[in-house]
Amino acid sequence: MTAIEVRGLRKAYRGHEVVRGIDLEVARGEVFALLGPNGAGKTTTTEILEGHRRRDSGEVRVLDADPGTAGGDWRARIGIVLQNTDDAADLTVAEMVRHLAGFYPDPRPYAEVIDLVGLTPKSKSRIRTLSGGQRRRLDVALGIVGRPELLFLDEPTTGFDPEARRHFWDLIRTLAAEGTTILLTTHYLEEAEALADRLAVLAAGEIVAEGTPAGLGGRATAGATVSWREDGVLHSEQVPDPTPLIRKLVAADTDLSSLTVTRPTLEDTYLTLIGAHR
Amino acid sequence: MSTLTWGVSRGHVELLQFFRDRTAVVFTFAFPGMLLLLFGTIFQDSYDQPGVSASHVFSASMIAYGILATAFVTMGAGLAMDREDGTLKRLHGTPISATSYVLGKLFLVLVLSVVETIVLIALGAVVFGMSLPDASHWLTFAWVFLLSITACSLLGMAVSAIVKHARTAGAILNVPVVALQFISGVFIYPVTQLPSWLINVAAIFPVKWMAQGFRYVFLPDGMRINEAAGQWELGRVALVLGAWCVIGLVLCLVTFRWTRPDR
Repeated sequence: MTAIEVRGLRKAYRGHEVVRGIDLEVARGEVFALLGPNGAGKTTTTEILEGHRRRDSGEVRVLDADPGTAGGDWRARIGIVLQNTDDAADLTVAEMVRHLAGFYPDPRPYAEVIDLVGLTPKSKSRIRTLSGGQRRRLDVALGIVGRPELLFLDEPTTGFDPEARRHFWDLIRTLAAEGTTILLTTHYLEEAEALADRLAVLAAGEIVAEGTPAGLGGRATAGATVSWREDGVLHSEQVPDPTPLIRKLVAADTDLSSLTVTRPTLEDTYLTLIGAHR
Repeated sequence: MSTLTWGVSRGHVELLQFFRDRTAVVFTFAFPGMLLLLFGTIFQDSYDQPGVSASHVFSASMIAYGILATAFVTMGAGLAMDREDGTLKRLHGTPISATSYVLGKLFLVLVLSVVETIVLIALGAVVFGMSLPDASHWLTFAWVFLLSITACSLLGMAVSAIVKHARTAGAILNVPVVALQFISGVFIYPVTQLPSWLINVAAIFPVKWMAQGFRYVFLPDGMRINEAAGQWELGRVALVLGAWCVIGLVLCLVTFRWTRPDR
């Protein structure tokens, strides 16, 4: 079953095409990450899928409906974590979460949601007094209060400290374990690697690679670099599979105290991918 | 049913937010009151009606200004602000309908206008000794008041569609507000002092009819000779204000957008 299906999506702003024919498929229950540099078209794509923005052409189905025309019943099934909001500054955290909960047919209890994002100590504070990271966590709380089947997270952890980011990742894993489909945009590679079942790299409005974090861009079959130091001289060999080489080195009784085996990181692969499309 | 429930829920948080912003509360309510005290004190004209002074005329007419300030400006600036700070985008991601959102704003405007009007009537009665009308005049007051806030709110919403940045909203919205005060018999009375073409221009817009309706309610019947037509013209008050409600609604339906237009 697919949660999101996109064929040939295009969108231009004043003649400048920012989304240039995207195809995308996200299965129900999947955590899918959309990676890409700023200006690659991530936010535009996400906003079209959320129903916030109109597309120029292409087919889009989100939870079996066209987000351009879907109504309130459809929006009750999705959750959106917004970027750069500044609303409801004079309400308290609890008031705002409870207020939004009231729009959904089967919301999570508001105190539970506040606890899930770790804002219980701030529950009675005015939203304007929250730090940037706390504000983002409130945005997450507001995105999940309606128990969405599909959750959109547009750069959710920008401004989080490392500890808050780990907590957030745990929360996403909890939601995914409950069966929530998640579409995540991020430019933190370790975030995509930690959370996503599959990901796509977007560069200049096009998808340049798609796959699992481990297999992206041929990463799984890219081979490895084996390095070691012998009599003070650095040796380095590129091999498809490091096992036979290491076995040979062991058999030759080589000193392996400085042995390293490296494979291309997601970051290497990503930079190669977007570099080729600049 | 949920449309109304959600509208009430929106109205509740709109009121909470408004009354927590002390500066906005003070300025919204104090400014028309201050103008009334100034005008009522400075101008001492008397009319050939015994017991009616300029301060009574201002007390009645200024209610139209109070409604403009709370309904038109609050609605227009509020909508521009909600578009800018993400309130509208947030709500558009939930099941709530645009109607519920607007209902919430109308509840806010209704409460603010009632409070504002009470302040002005109280000042008029206590400071300037304006006498309060009988029951049938209060009935007229009720429909003039409701038509006025509906027309002004809807027009404020419609005008907010051309406001690009929330911080300029107040400046833009106050242009028609101030201009119409001068030509609609709120600041300058009787309006017959103005050139007739200007009176005709004012007659197109709602403010003249709002002020005229409120003067009917609070002034003795003989004061009708100071109106442009020499009559209270209540039928025409209802007609013009009703027409502006319809125009405002149509403009809102055409111009309302949840999100800002494409970059």
